[in-house]
Amino acid sequence: MIDLTVNGFDVQVPDGSTILEAALAAEIKIPTLCKHPDLPPTGACGICVVKVEGYPDLVRACSTPVQQGMKVETHDPEIVSVRRTLLEMILSTHPNECLTCGRHGACELQELAKDFGIREEKMPSIRRELPRDDSTGCITLDPRKCIKCGRCLEMCQQQQDVWALSFMERGLDTRIAPAGDITLAESPCVHCGQCSAHCPVGAILEYDQTEAVWDALRDPSRHCVAQIAPSVRVSLGEAFGYESGANLAGQLYHALRRMGFDTVFDTNFGADVTIMEEASELAERIRSAPEKLPLITTCCPSWVDFMEKFHADMIEHFSTCKSPHAILGTLTKTYYAEKEGIDPESIFMVSVMPCTAKKYEITREKSMYASGEQDVDISLTTREITRMIRQTGIALENLNCLELPDSPLGEYSGAGVIFGVSGGVMESALRSTHFFLTGEDPPELEFQPLRGLEGIKEMTVDLGGHNLRVAVAHGLGHVEKVLERVRVAKEKGDPMPYDFIEVMACPGGCIGGGGQSWNVCNTVRNQRAAGLIKEDRVQDVRTSYASPWIQKLYKDFLGAPLSPKAKELLHTSYRSRPEYLR
Amino acid sequence: MSTTTPVKDPAALASWATEQKAQQDSGAPILIRVSMGTCGIAAKTGSVLEVLQSEVQSQQKEGQIEIVQTGCMGLCHSEPTIEVYDRQTRQSIFYGNVKPEHAPAIVREESSQAYGVDILTQNWYRPEEEKADVATAQARIVLRNTGRINPESIGDYVGTAGYTALAKAITSMQPDEVIQTVIDAGLRGRGGGGFPTGVKWQFAANQPAGEKFVICNADEGDPGAFMDRAVLEGDPHAVLEAMAISGYAIGAAKGVIYIRAEYPLAIERLQCAIGQALEYGLLGDNILGSGFDFDIEIKYGAGAFVCGEETALIHSIEGLRGEPIYKPPFPAVEGLWKRPTIVNNVETLANICAIVRQGPEWFRSIGTEKCPGTKVFALAGKVKRVGLVEVPMGTTLRDIVFGVGQGIANDRAFKAVQTGGPSGGCLKSDDLDTPIDYESLRALGSMMGSGGMIVMDEDDCMVNVAKFFLEFTLDESCGRCTPCRVGNKRLHEMLVKVCEGKADMRTLEKLRQLSDVIKETSLCGLGQTSPNPVLSTLRQFRREYLDHVLNHMCTAGVCSALISYEINDRCVGCTLCARNCPVSCIDGSPKELHTIDKELCIKCGVCQQVCKFHAVDKH
Repeated sequence: MIDLTVNGFDVQVPDGSTILEAALAAEIKIPTLCKHPDLPPTGACGICVVKVEGYPDLVRACSTPVQQGMKVETHDPEIVSVRRTLLEMILSTHPNECLTCGRHGACELQELAKDFGIREEKMPSIRRELPRDDSTGCITLDPRKCIKCGRCLEMCQQQQDVWALSFMERGLDTRIAPAGDITLAESPCVHCGQCSAHCPVGAILEYDQTEAVWDALRDPSRHCVAQIAPSVRVSLGEAFGYESGANLAGQLYHALRRMGFDTVFDTNFGADVTIMEEASELAERIRSAPEKLPLITTCCPSWVDFMEKFHADMIEHFSTCKSPHAILGTLTKTYYAEKEGIDPESIFMVSVMPCTAKKYEITREKSMYASGEQDVDISLTTREITRMIRQTGIALENLNCLELPDSPLGEYSGAGVIFGVSGGVMESALRSTHFFLTGEDPPELEFQPLRGLEGIKEMTVDLGGHNLRVAVAHGLGHVEKVLERVRVAKEKGDPMPYDFIEVMACPGGCIGGGGQSWNVCNTVRNQRAAGLIKEDRVQDVRTSYASPWIQKLYKDFLGAPLSPKAKELLHTSYRSRPEYLR
Repeated sequence: MSTTTPVKDPAALASWATEQKAQQDSGAPILIRVSMGTCGIAAKTGSVLEVLQSEVQSQQKEGQIEIVQTGCMGLCHSEPTIEVYDRQTRQSIFYGNVKPEHAPAIVREESSQAYGVDILTQNWYRPEEEKADVATAQARIVLRNTGRINPESIGDYVGTAGYTALAKAITSMQPDEVIQTVIDAGLRGRGGGGFPTGVKWQFAANQPAGEKFVICNADEGDPGAFMDRAVLEGDPHAVLEAMAISGYAIGAAKGVIYIRAEYPLAIERLQCAIGQALEYGLLGDNILGSGFDFDIEIKYGAGAFVCGEETALIHSIEGLRGEPIYKPPFPAVEGLWKRPTIVNNVETLANICAIVRQGPEWFRSIGTEKCPGTKVFALAGKVKRVGLVEVPMGTTLRDIVFGVGQGIANDRAFKAVQTGGPSGGCLKSDDLDTPIDYESLRALGSMMGSGGMIVMDEDDCMVNVAKFFLEFTLDESCGRCTPCRVGNKRLHEMLVKVCEGKADMRTLEKLRQLSDVIKETSLCGLGQTSPNPVLSTLRQFRREYLDHVLNHMCTAGVCSALISYEINDRCVGCTLCARNCPVSCIDGSPKELHTIDKELCIKCGVCQQVCKFHAVDKH
């Protein structure tokens, strides 16, 4: 432990802490802008400068480690004035368009400007006109608003290992852009949206499609159907004053109906179907095609895109099963349409997702049109649905309601719920695979070593005599390491290190998705995860195969898992794609 | 040694050296050295060389005259330069501003004075090898071979005791002895920081064994500084040898030279030198039978100034954007590919071999107590003899400017010397007698930097000088941190206002305040020092700032917004000015007094230059 004083208060913090952390321990909040709790400090903005006795210059609290006996001053008038000057510098190069900005009211720069009482522009404005990049249809990149904090770069390059974004030019002309000045769609971008989830301002946002949804809702000829992803229910509340992790599924069903959706389903049901197919695939490979192990999950569209661009040699290991919301989209326009006698063409399917990549996924391959129509018409992010709820005038802040999703694609098992958290797909699949291999219910439903925020989680699971070595990786940087082990084993002809691998592109899985509410950090991820785990535990049915609604679907419509009909509707294919289109 | 078999051990190296030395001493009676550095080539030394060679042939003097191409001699003011060395008398005559038509006479060994060639005396610029000569101010350690040997011949280098320092280090010294030698010598980083080189090596050596790297920082970026280029072009083996020695000292087997791609000749000569050293086993595996392996790779930089900062440089080598990061960790602990790395500048490395060969006491006998050794300066600006000068640390500015540089050109009055490039500051005539080292320059509000030294006279406006350096910083800021990216632009805007006479006293106060914020909050050395030219001129030449602000006057007559041209009654109406005015703002009939339309005038000064009657006044 290190002893130091911050503004005269004695503080004791662990060795290796930064001044910023030490100050927090003394209940002193040093303002920051470029620092994000998820990311190592870059020291770019300079807002967190403090004085340390004996140091000739101001130091950055975010990146300076504490030392024994340090005397730190964080808020004397001179420091505040320096911070204000730095803030004025940033503001003078940032467009003055708060009212029409997607981050209005939730912008970290705006917050600082408010706190510092900036009422006039003291420095002449220098604003460069740069085009906006909407090319992906997932993410909107507005380089004019960039404050060069470097968070998106850290996410895109170091954490996700995608390297789509880069700083271009230098000095005052520095701007964020895909490396090589191509469009994002032509870049290696895998649409994970982590850049947008970490941007402190409105420079990188989700591509807004709420208007198209309102259009469909206004159109009386459309039968509008919504589905909500597992993880959205535990993050949505943050924007409405709830604790992270509070389960707002009931409120969300209600809000969607009030908005004008004719039917509200739950993606958890789609997750149960995914498990039926994927666990059957796994069981089949274990039994009759062990050379095709490990099986790798494919619920995450960003991961699928990443694999097709960077790891196409792994395609044979990929589960061909579509993701839960894609499956639900197909079933809505086939099974549900047939059952209710609705023309599939008139159905407008909207997915409410934690994800920006789902916007890309819904037109990825021709299998995304398995129903004959585009299975999912629009995929919205948590942030977009938050705005739509506000526009609908629903006071979610104090709405107490326990509405339920519609049948037949709404009721779900506990296994469907935990899809939203890293390790969840694996756990759910293991529960069902045990049944498919042995015909018996699994003795254990929860696999603790697969939970938590460790980047790579591994264990060996006994599935009725089959010892399965499994790995769970989240955050694309971690995925690389797992794949490398597989690749090395392949090259050497060694036995495979794993039999089953779950991959999620975003840190923590969908609860940390690129389309989720802002200000995500590990504390928030843990709270959201706890919300889903709690929801799993209260379900009567916690395995997909035992769900009566699933059994009914297969009995009435699909036949059996991996049946020709199931394969036609619920499975997809992959191909190698170029990293760069230009 | 005629074959290219590797040199097996130090004894073989020694006998090769003796052989080379004998060969050098017993060659043709006359040796003509032709300065073929980039600067010489740009001054068309190539055509002089061609004529010299053909004249030797046509005059059938192959046995009497040997011609050798060398690197830069440092005599920028008189390029093309050649040295005619008499092997019998051991005397040299230097010819400056040589033209091809002078070559026949030189080959005929006539006195060339008649042909209008400048003759430079030897001791004016180059004292006896490796000996400080106070009378001439210069002492050559770093530049000892530059301009003397053929940089493309490893034999020439070996003949000057080349690679004996490496042999001594790896066969008779322990790594920690080598480090101690460098620490004892008191050598400090010549790239500008002045950090003790041996201590830096010690940090890296103290890291657990494993892959380590030696980087030679050849990303010379200060405007006007070119000493590193001169060394690399003129004596590349000295840098390779020093890198191998430092590799041995810290336990690294791999060196990287990070050099800007704008130095093609230096790159070519380095490649040639590396090839030769590998061929002779002086680089590569098991050097001189010692078991020590060392390889060197060249990496090209795109010429970004900030890549001279060591963390940015490392990023650039790794293929990343050249941006500095916050230290610690220092590269000696976590550098290239996250491995312990030392980054040394070319000039620093060029001292190493001499230190190892001649010992720390010898090195300490040159220079000052705190800063032993020499410093190379690129002397430029309004001085009579611009060029590369190497002087012992502690030499006064006066000795450099008025001694080596021979004073101010065109009989103008000395005003200031700018040192340290865009991070430095200006020194006034009061400071001329201060002995120069890292500390004294810092105390005067400037810095050593990499050794740029720009002399200014009364025609230089100091506000404009500050603006010039800030423009450089604006271009070269990486854009990473707010104060450097935006703050410097704001400083520049204020300086423009001052130069246009639109500033008030508050602007001056704001200039100072903002400069302080930028200095205190920038992330790396570039931003932390970028306001220095402003602060230094504000302090030293406040009068000039006040003239601009209060009197709307630029006494040096540089700031175009504050000057005007007027035609006086000496005008005879020759119409020359009117015909040359690019914006046709001069009115007047032939043989009548002309007038300038001040509204239209762009103050280019052409009228004043062309007028033969001194009839155009500048106010």
